[in-house]
Amino acid sequence: MATRNGSSGFNFDLVLRNERLVERLQVDAPKSEASVLAKLPRKTGTTIAGMLFEGGVVLGADTRATEGNVVADKNCSKIHYIASNIYCCGAGTAADTEATTQLIASQMELHRQATGQALVPVVAAMTRLKQYLFRYQGYISAALVLGGVDELHGPSLYTVYPHGSVDQLPYVSMGSGSLAAMAVFEARWHERLSEDEAKRLVYEAITAGIENDLGSGSNVDLCVIKNGGKSVDYVRGYAKENPRPYRKPTNYTFPKGTTPVLMEEIRKYIEVKRVVSDL
Amino acid sequence: MSQVNPLHYNGGAIVATVGHECVAIGADRRFGQAQLTLACDANRLVRVHDRLVLGLTGLATDCMTLAERVRMRTNLYRLSEKREPRPATVSALVSSLLYERRFAPYFVEPVLVGLSADNQPYCCSMDLLGTPMVSEEFVAAGTCAESLYGTCETFWRPGLDPEALFEVTAQCLLAALDRDCLSGWGAVVYVLHGQGLTVRELKARMD
Repeated sequence: MATRNGSSGFNFDLVLRNERLVERLQVDAPKSEASVLAKLPRKTGTTIAGMLFEGGVVLGADTRATEGNVVADKNCSKIHYIASNIYCCGAGTAADTEATTQLIASQMELHRQATGQALVPVVAAMTRLKQYLFRYQGYISAALVLGGVDELHGPSLYTVYPHGSVDQLPYVSMGSGSLAAMAVFEARWHERLSEDEAKRLVYEAITAGIENDLGSGSNVDLCVIKNGGKSVDYVRGYAKENPRPYRKPTNYTFPKGTTPVLMEEIRKYIEVKRVVSDL
Repeated sequence: MSQVNPLHYNGGAIVATVGHECVAIGADRRFGQAQLTLACDANRLVRVHDRLVLGLTGLATDCMTLAERVRMRTNLYRLSEKREPRPATVSALVSSLLYERRFAPYFVEPVLVGLSADNQPYCCSMDLLGTPMVSEEFVAAGTCAESLYGTCETFWRPGLDPEALFEVTAQCLLAALDRDCLSGWGAVVYVLHGQGLTVRELKARMD
């Protein structure tokens, strides 16, 4: 029912139409605007990062989503649920990170039920993600930081690149603000960090991205996974250091009737009750 | 940019705002072809059911196609589930219809507003690939989305009642439309509240 012939996957019906459409619209337009299609979708010009500590993993993200140079969302959520013991930060095209993590999350739940495990291994999620992204040769632009804790390997942290390659490191960063974040990590990271130290360092790395990268901004979200994957502490707005500085102290109020109305139609709800009588 | 962007070819703008146990959605009525205005009775707002309105702006042909596909899928939902779909359900439906065409998209920007059974507002906008962005404040889409964000940031505030929400939404919309060549020519605002739906046609500049 979902798609034609019950098939799944992407639909390429409009490829030629869209190409011709843009060609037709470009007849009178300068050639420099040829890449207009690439500019349309919402991106998460992003700072995301992750760090291992003794017994767990911290994931962090900023909360800005952009469309071109416009901030589309000032408080979006970039740390996605994969399984009860696994979360995943996403950078790149917002639709891709959102859809890819949702797809893998449902695959992980099916995997958990099929294998009868309490917790899915993080490597399983990483493998599915990299195979999926590799299959699409980088055209699905999702750059991910995957973190979790399982019984097999304890705390695990990976970065998955849009083309399907993977890094496994004690501290990682991704997105347009990854350089700012990595600079903080390289300067301050040391072995055997405590949980509080790791949280502090990830917060500082994301803040470096927020302050120095134009694609990143607003708040810091943190997600701590520990206790063998049994406890997750997901904090939306761990730091809110960029509040709106000014709002008119007395609100703008428009008295009723300010806007000229040509026609008004009122549709009221009516309550429909089904009465069952015993005969 | 507007010349080569299929999203801007026909013009049009939508804004949605959240109030206390109510939501409003407003749209302009222009249907154009680049700088040429063809009609001023375009209808961008689709009533999915009594408590849910879907706004579609972008390339008009794709708006119509998507509206019909949403109508078919919500009708199938009603037949199989014997109830109306919740706002979040329709949001997921629209999102997957759009993401299915990730590599050859419909050029539409949907905005969805609804009220839950206990009158809790729902307000969500999407880009053309179907990334949902749920807001507890306001969302804007279309050729003057940037101006709409400006007016909403100034005029909107939390906890508005249906009457005040209508005035704020209408003023935000009219002010932004006057700064856009590709939208305007009349406007309409729907307010969903506990008692029902109020539709108002606004008097707007026709230039």
